[in-house]
Amino acid sequence: MVSASSNPSSPVAGPAIDAIAVKVLISGGFGVGKTTLVSAVSEIVPLRTEELITELSNGVDDVSGIEDKSTTTVAMDFGRITINPELVLYLFGTPGQDRFWFMWDELARGALGAIVLVDTRRLDACFAAIDYFEQRQLPFVVGVNCFDGDQLYDVDEIRAALDIDSFVPVILCDARERDSTKELLVKLMEHVMATSRLADSVPAQQARSSAAT
Amino acid sequence: MASRGEVWFDDAAGPLVRPYALTRGRTQDDRYGLDLVTLVVSVQPAVHERIVEPEYADVLWVCEHPLSVAEVAAKIDLPLCVVKVMLADLIERNYVIYRTGWQPVRNTPDMDTMQKVLDGIRKL
Repeated sequence: MVSASSNPSSPVAGPAIDAIAVKVLISGGFGVGKTTLVSAVSEIVPLRTEELITELSNGVDDVSGIEDKSTTTVAMDFGRITINPELVLYLFGTPGQDRFWFMWDELARGALGAIVLVDTRRLDACFAAIDYFEQRQLPFVVGVNCFDGDQLYDVDEIRAALDIDSFVPVILCDARERDSTKELLVKLMEHVMATSRLADSVPAQQARSSAAT
Repeated sequence: MASRGEVWFDDAAGPLVRPYALTRGRTQDDRYGLDLVTLVVSVQPAVHERIVEPEYADVLWVCEHPLSVAEVAAKIDLPLCVVKVMLADLIERNYVIYRTGWQPVRNTPDMDTMQKVLDGIRKL
C-alpha cells in the first residue's frame, strides 16, 4: 500500500526540474493487469494520458471541403516512482491495441527496458509486444501474472511457448502485490545492465555491425 | 475564476473548445523535442496567468512544480499532442522551463544511472 497521503493539497514530493527522468514500459495484452502492476508500485494513483490519432484517408478519398477526419483515442496509463529528487522513474503501460505502433515508438524512445506481462490463458496476446521489443533490441523481462496462484505451466514451458532467447528472464509474479512487482522491476534493471555490459564488451562486433548498416 | 490547477469545465459538459482550436490547428511541434518524460515547470504562474489564454493558465498552474509532459496532459485532460504545442508556446515565451528526459547514448550505456534506478527500486 502506498503510504503517501491522497490529499491533493499535500502531493508527494515530486522531482526537481534538473532531475533525470527515465522510463520503463509495461506491456502485454488487454486486461492482463498492466495498470494493476503500475498501481502496485507507483507513488501516485496511475494517471491516464490520451493521444488523438487522425485516421487519414490515404489519398483515396477526396476530403477537400469536408475535412472531418475520423479520430481515434489511444489511452496510456502510467505511474511514477521518485527515487530521489534527482532521479524519477516513470512506468508506462503500452496501449492494449497493437495497431497503434506509432504510439509504441514514442513510448519506446529512450526507455530503459520493458516488462511483458503475460496471462498463460491468453499467451498469444503478448506475441506482438515481444516481437516489437526484440526488433527494437529493447531489453525486456517476461512476468507471468499468476492471478489466483493457479499456475498450470512452469517457467520452462512458458519460455518454450513464447520462443524467447534463453537469457531473457521469465518470472512468475502477482501484479497486485507490491513486493512481487518490485522484484520484477529489480530483475528488469539487472537484465538491462547485463545486456548493456554485454554490448559494451563487444565493441568490435558492434563496430562491424554498424559499419554494415 | 478557476482555482489553482483546476480545469474550468467538467467532464459531463465535454470540452467547450475543440482541442485543436486551442493550438490554432497545430498538432505537431518539434521546437523543443518534448516527449512523454520531459520535465516542465512554470515560472511565476501568478504573474503569467494574467497574460495568457485560460487554457494556457491551467497548464501553468498544473506544472507549478516539476512534472512530466505526460502528467500535465493527464491532469488537464487534453490529448498529448495538443499539450505539447501549448507547452512549446509557453517555453517560447519563457513562462515554462524544461529538461529533456534521459536518452541513451549509443555504445556508452549509462551504468551509473541504471545502478541508481536499481538501488532505488530495491529500497522501495
